[in-house]
Parts: sequence; C-alpha cells; structure tokens
Amino acid sequence: MSMMPDQPGTWLHPTADGLYCGPGGFHIDPARPVERAVVTHGHSDHARPGHGAVLATPETVAIMKVRYGADAAGRFETLDYGVTTRIGDASVRLVPAGHILGSAQVVVEWRGVRAVVSGDYKRAPDPTCAPFEPVACDVFVTEATFALPVFRAVPAEREIGRLLRSLSDEPGRTHLVGVYGLGKCQRLIALLRHAGYDRTIHLHGALAPLCALYEELGVALGPLARVAPDGGRAGLPGEIVLAPPSALADRWSRRFTDPVTAFASGWMAIRGRARQRGVELPLVISDHADWTGLVRTALETGADEVWVTHGRDDALVHELGKHGVAARALALVGFDDEGD
Amino acid sequence: MRAFARLIDDLGRARSRNRKLEILARYFASTPDPDRGWALAALTDGLPPRMPLRRLLADLMAERVDPLLYELSRDFVGDTAETVALLWPDDGRDCDQSPALGQVVDRLRGAGPREHAAILAGLLDAVAAPERYAFLKLVGGAPRVGVSARLTRQALADAFARDIREIEEVWHALAPPYGALFDWLGGSGARPETANLPVFRPLMLANPIDDEDFAALVPGEIAAEWKWDGIRVQIAATRGDARLYSRTGDDISAAFPEIRSAFAGAEVVLDGELLVVRDGAVAPFNALQQRLNRRTVAPRLLRDSPAHVRLYDLLLDGREDLRALPLSVRRERLVAWHSARRPPLSDLSPLVPFDSLDALRRIWSSTRAAGIEGLMLKRMASPYLAGRPKGHWWKWKRAAQTLDCVLMYAVRGSGKRASYYSDYTFGVWRPGEGEARELVPVGKAYSGFTDAELEALDAWVRAHTTERFGPVRRVAPGLVLEIAFDALYASSRHKSGLAMRFPRVHRIRWDKPAAEADSLETAQALSGDSVEPRPAAGQTGHPLS
Ligand SMILES: [Zn+2]
Ligand SMILES: [Zn+2]
Repeated sequence: MSMMPDQPGTWLHPTADGLYCGPGGFHIDPARPVERAVVTHGHSDHARPGHGAVLATPETVAIMKVRYGADAAGRFETLDYGVTTRIGDASVRLVPAGHILGSAQVVVEWRGVRAVVSGDYKRAPDPTCAPFEPVACDVFVTEATFALPVFRAVPAEREIGRLLRSLSDEPGRTHLVGVYGLGKCQRLIALLRHAGYDRTIHLHGALAPLCALYEELGVALGPLARVAPDGGRAGLPGEIVLAPPSALADRWSRRFTDPVTAFASGWMAIRGRARQRGVELPLVISDHADWTGLVRTALETGADEVWVTHGRDDALVHELGKHGVAARALALVGFDDEGD
Repeated sequence: MRAFARLIDDLGRARSRNRKLEILARYFASTPDPDRGWALAALTDGLPPRMPLRRLLADLMAERVDPLLYELSRDFVGDTAETVALLWPDDGRDCDQSPALGQVVDRLRGAGPREHAAILAGLLDAVAAPERYAFLKLVGGAPRVGVSARLTRQALADAFARDIREIEEVWHALAPPYGALFDWLGGSGARPETANLPVFRPLMLANPIDDEDFAALVPGEIAAEWKWDGIRVQIAATRGDARLYSRTGDDISAAFPEIRSAFAGAEVVLDGELLVVRDGAVAPFNALQQRLNRRTVAPRLLRDSPAHVRLYDLLLDGREDLRALPLSVRRERLVAWHSARRPPLSDLSPLVPFDSLDALRRIWSSTRAAGIEGLMLKRMASPYLAGRPKGHWWKWKRAAQTLDCVLMYAVRGSGKRASYYSDYTFGVWRPGEGEARELVPVGKAYSGFTDAELEALDAWVRAHTTERFGPVRRVAPGLVLEIAFDALYASSRHKSGLAMRFPRVHRIRWDKPAAEADSLETAQALSGDSVEPRPAAGQTGHPLS
C-alpha cells in the first residue's frame, strides 16, 4: 500500500496515551487522562478516570460511575449500540463485543475507510451481555489475551457442572471461588442460576456494588448475601462464596470451613497457573476470545490489516500472516487484562 | 484412563503432603486391579515400556501443528506433555468413554518400537485433553506431580492401614501391576515371599547433633566414624542377585554394575557409603554425581569414575537378621564377614578412636579433607532401627557451613550465559498455614557448578517452570541445592531474616527429596552460636593420614 491520505495508520494510530483518531480528536481506551475518550468497556485497564469527556455505552458509563464516582470524567456521553454519531470529522458507532455488560467494539469511519477497535471480546455465549457482532472493516484492532492455540474455550456450563459436582462431593467444605469483580462475577452467578442452583450465593463485600448495578441494569442474579466484613467465623460449609482473586490467599479466607479454593479464569487452562495460585478447583471460564475465536473473527471481518493491542501478539500475527492478512503488534501500554 | 487422569489432576493441585496422601490412598482403595497397580508403577518405578517420547512427540506434532505455534505454546506452558495435550487436534470432545488404564498399558506393552508412534497417536486421538495429559505423563516415565515413590508407598500403607516399612520390605520382590501386593494388603493373599530375594530394608538415619546431645555423650559408649561425602546405599545380595538401593529405596543397581558384580553370590545386606575412589583416594562428589541416574553406563565412565562402597553396617548375614543386635556386635560381624569374603571395590569405614569429648572436638575440627564431611556418632548399643529414631545416631557436619536449600527461582545469566538460567534463588522450609510448610528465600548463587552441571540445571529449570516474569522463572520445589557459604547473619532486608555471605552451589542434590531440605530453624541455628567450634586455620590435613 502506498502512502495514501486515507491509509489508516495516518488517521488512526497508537500514541503514548493509547490509540488516537486524528480526524475525530479522540483516544480509544487511553491509558492516561486525555481530553476526549471513547471507552470500550468498564475494566480498569480500558476505562480510567480523569478524562475531559467520555463516550461509551450507557452500561459502561454506569459502571464507571459506580467504580470511580459520578465525576470520574468532566462529561459523560452515552451512545446506544448501533447508533452512529459524529465526533469531529469521524463517525463513531458502538457494537456489542460480548465481553461484559456494556462492552462495545468501536466502529470508526473516516473518508470511506472503516476501522473496528474491538476492545476485549469473546464469541462464547454469556447470559449477562449482548453477543458479539462481527462488523466488516478495513482495519480490525484486536486484543490477544489468549492468543496461543493452547487456549481452547470449553463450554462454561461444563465448568459450572464441575463446581456443582465438587459441592456435592465435598458438602462439608466452603467453595470459595475467585472471580474478577466486573463481568466474571456476575456471569458466574448467572451461569449457576441457569444450571438450577437457587441457594443464596455469598459475596465478598467488594463484589456487592457491581452485582447491585447489574441487577439494576436488568441482569437477574437471584438471592445474594454479603459476607460480614468483620473477622468473625463465617463457616458456610457447603456454600458458594465469591471473592476477588486477591482475597483467596488473604486472611479473609480463613473464616470459612476448610475451603475448596476455586478460581474462574481463562488462565486456569494452564496447570502451572492454577498451581501457582494454589487453586484446588480451576474453572476454565474466560471472558476473552480463545485462539480459534481470535483467528476466525479477524478473518471474518475481511480486514486486510489487523492490529494487535495487547496480549500474545507473536502467535496471532504469525497465524494471520499465513492467511494473507497483514497483522502487526501495536504494543500499547497499560493493559493488564483485569477481566481475566 | 478417566480415574487416572483425575488422580494426576488432583495430585497436581493438592497443596499439602497430607492432601496428596489422602488422594492417593482413596485412589488405591477404590480403583480395581490391574489399573491401580499400573498407576502405582507409574508413580514409583515408571511404567514399561520406555519409549523415546520426546522424539516421537516432536514427529507427531510436526505433522499436526505449525512448528512456530508449537514452540511458542511449549514455551508459554513450560511442559511438553501439557502442551501436546492441549494442542492435539480434537473436536472439543468430552469423552465419556476412554479406555481403561490396564487396556492402555496392554496395548503399549504388546507393541514393538516401530508401532509406538501409531499407538501413541491412536490413544491421543481417542481421549480428551485431561486424559491426554495423564497418558503422556504415564508413558513419559515419572509423572512429576509432586509425589515421590516413597510418598506413594506411604499412601499405600495408609490406604490399607499398614506400616510403610512392611511395604518397603516386600517392595522389591514385586513387579507391576502388583496383583500379589494388593491381594496381601486387601487381606485376600499371603505376604509376598522375600526370603530369597534381594529386597530393600528401610535404613536407619542419623539426627543432626545439638549441644545437649553432645554434652550427654559418654566416650566409651560411642563409636565415631568419618562422615563420607558420598551417597548412602544399601547392598542387598542373595545367592542369585545383588542389588544396590538408594536411601529412599530406589533401585540404582543399573547405574553401578561393578558394585553389583562385586557382591554377586554373597548372601548379605550391607549399609554403606557409595563413593568414587581413584587410586585409593575419594574423588569429589561431582564425580559420583555423574554416575547417578543412569540406566546404562559407558565403559569410559566406568574406567574414569570407578565406584566403591565403604561399609559401616551389616543388617543380614546369610539368612540371619542382625538388626535387633547392638551395633558393637553388628560391627564385629561386619569385620568378620568382610575379612572372610573380601569383596572387591569395598572396604570398611574405620572407627575413629577418641577418649574424651575434647579429643572428639579436635578430631572433628580436622574434618576438612576431600571426602570427609564430618563425623558420625553412633551409640554402640543401638539396634538397627528403620527411620530416624532419636538418641542413637548423630551426624556432626564439618565447619564449612552448608545448607540444603530448595531451588525457587532462576534468572537468565548475561554474556555467554545469556541463554542459560544460571542465577539461582533458593530457600529453606518454614511452617506455613496449618500442616503445610512453605519455602522462604535465603540467598542467591550463580557459581560453584561446572558447565555440564549448568546445562543440567538449565534443563531442569525449563522443565519445572511454574511461572515466568521477564527473565525470571519460578520453579516447582523439586531440586535441592547444597549451598556452601562463609557466614550466615541476621538481616532485616530479607524475608527470611537471614543473609548469606558468599553463597555458592556446593553440590546439586539430584538424589535428595525437596521435602528433606533444611528448615529455617536450622538456618537460624547456623547464624548464631552452634555446637560447632570454628576450625583453626591451616588444619586441612587428611584425617586418615
Ligand atoms: Zn483488556
Ligand atoms: Zn476487559
């Protein structure tokens, strides 16, 4: 390709602050405070406080307000899925990414060239959010969190089945499940409900506010109870307790009865990862696309350029190259995959 | 295969020794024959037949997966079996039907080397990822799931409410799939016959000596011997066969064929130290190390590093069991037996005479020569008791201080070592939560090993990585490094509260289980006043000269 004025690298390009759209004058998921940000979803490595203006889905805006406070940005603007708006000379549309509630791909067009910045996404079904919609484009910007062929999605229902089986095999032990507070937590609860588990699910206090928000936004989670914050023995044998991953190895976990430590994450597909966290019951439940999902999606968009924002770029760039797609790593900083 | 895959999974995740014992005991009690016997074989002596798995897998994967993707995956996962299990093409199946472990083993055993690749591929095709992993661990030799052969035998003892020593005594009379063993343990069969077989007898081990023990010693009642810098072995010979066992009861005969033939035809069980002796002098420990862990020995190695056994105890003489007799009597019988028989490549560990504790200290101070690690002190009245009974035998290590530490992290070196994990952080055990123990780092070392040892360490690090961050790899606690250092002193900058002066790898204890490495308590004792007086400068003469 020659240096045409509409070559994507010239109007949409990585900067030290993150991906920047020149004609629109905005950043997407910037790592540092900027004047104008479009935010794909509420995870802390994508949505940060301190921007002049934030454009995002109504759910993402609500999540940001719960996490960072109502004045986390100078101005919040919401944009529903599928509605096109103009920012500067560029047009912007948000399309479901299937990652967590409110997660969106940002479709940016300028002078007839279309780029899709997919943020984080997955293709597996998720009862707590709208499913991923592929959008044909010239440039597809993708994550690569699980971009190695060893990562193959397993049905989340199967993993929930393993959790429920362990619960009946070890009825005297608390099942303490590590989950990230935004997305994974609510998805796990919803999956348990779908599997017919209707008992009260106990929550570490830190997980409660976002669960309440999900319910407010129409995602039913069934009976939940907060584990009392003070140090008393909670016991809870045979119950499911959800906690942020950091709490699993914390003193906090000592209050339960001989807990089975579980952890719901895509990383649990690798034994070493489970072992390193001391996880007895690894649950392979990922909110990211697996290897096949990443490759298939990039090809499906028909893009002739694929940019990889964060994760394992080497394998994905190599694989897409074999399919004749020019892929390159952007090596953007600041992403640490809070959601998995 | 399902139950076995689950066993491997559960063991891999179990955090404490007790939990592992529970998991194994439950498996042995609830799994039918011959599957449990094959699993037992896989976890202890390895399962026949052996095959060049690494090469077979490389060929099979080359036909199925892009080589770069395989390499990147292998690098990320850190374990070949797991990488292959995850990458092997399948349709995302969750097999309800997988062949029984016994069937899998039968197929492998019935096959010739040329058929191995096809059988391997056929089995990998037939099962889902967790079973593929377990299967590859099974055929790959010891499935490193953090259980030693001894722990496995302990679980067997637990499962059937026996003393582990009963099992250890019959162990080497048995062969996979151990039908007779399970019949006996389950009460439906007789104890396996061992009378004419060269089986292992559990060893008697010494305790480190402390001030109190030392003060209570009565010179006339104690036999002192040099503590040799080799490895502890047991020679068990019957008329038909002679075998060499390590102190954990592993059969190491194949690595030392000359010792095996030196004792062929004898009918005896002996306790001693395995050394490499060249022209009458004990060679440095790493000469012996090169001979360990081999299934066959090249003639050159046999010639350059000849093995030798220095004997110190006699457990069985003919069919007569001497273990209940006092050491003084056993020693007389040993001397008599040895002078009558004079087996080649052996001698007796001499007694070191002393008439007072002061004299003993002086002798101890001189123990700095090659091959001498310190003193062994044994009560003459002591019977030969399996395990580490208190109050009978003590070891008194020489002043060059060493600690047996467990490798925790390895960092890539620089310059010509840039591709090697050559800088090692090691730790010692301290009590963790509940029954568990945890490692706490006590120092770093990047010297003291040969280039060949560096190769071996690097390979070990790569094969046992549990986590990577930049140039650092965290490894599973499985390798003991004997660290020598000039001093150990209190330091608030380190988590352990200790810092080491000039630590170096004294030797790599491939033979020592990580669980038996030293504790923080032991390390702390070394940092303060210990029973050990500092040896005077210049006292380096050979104590035997
Ligand atoms: Zn992300
Ligand atoms: Zn995310």
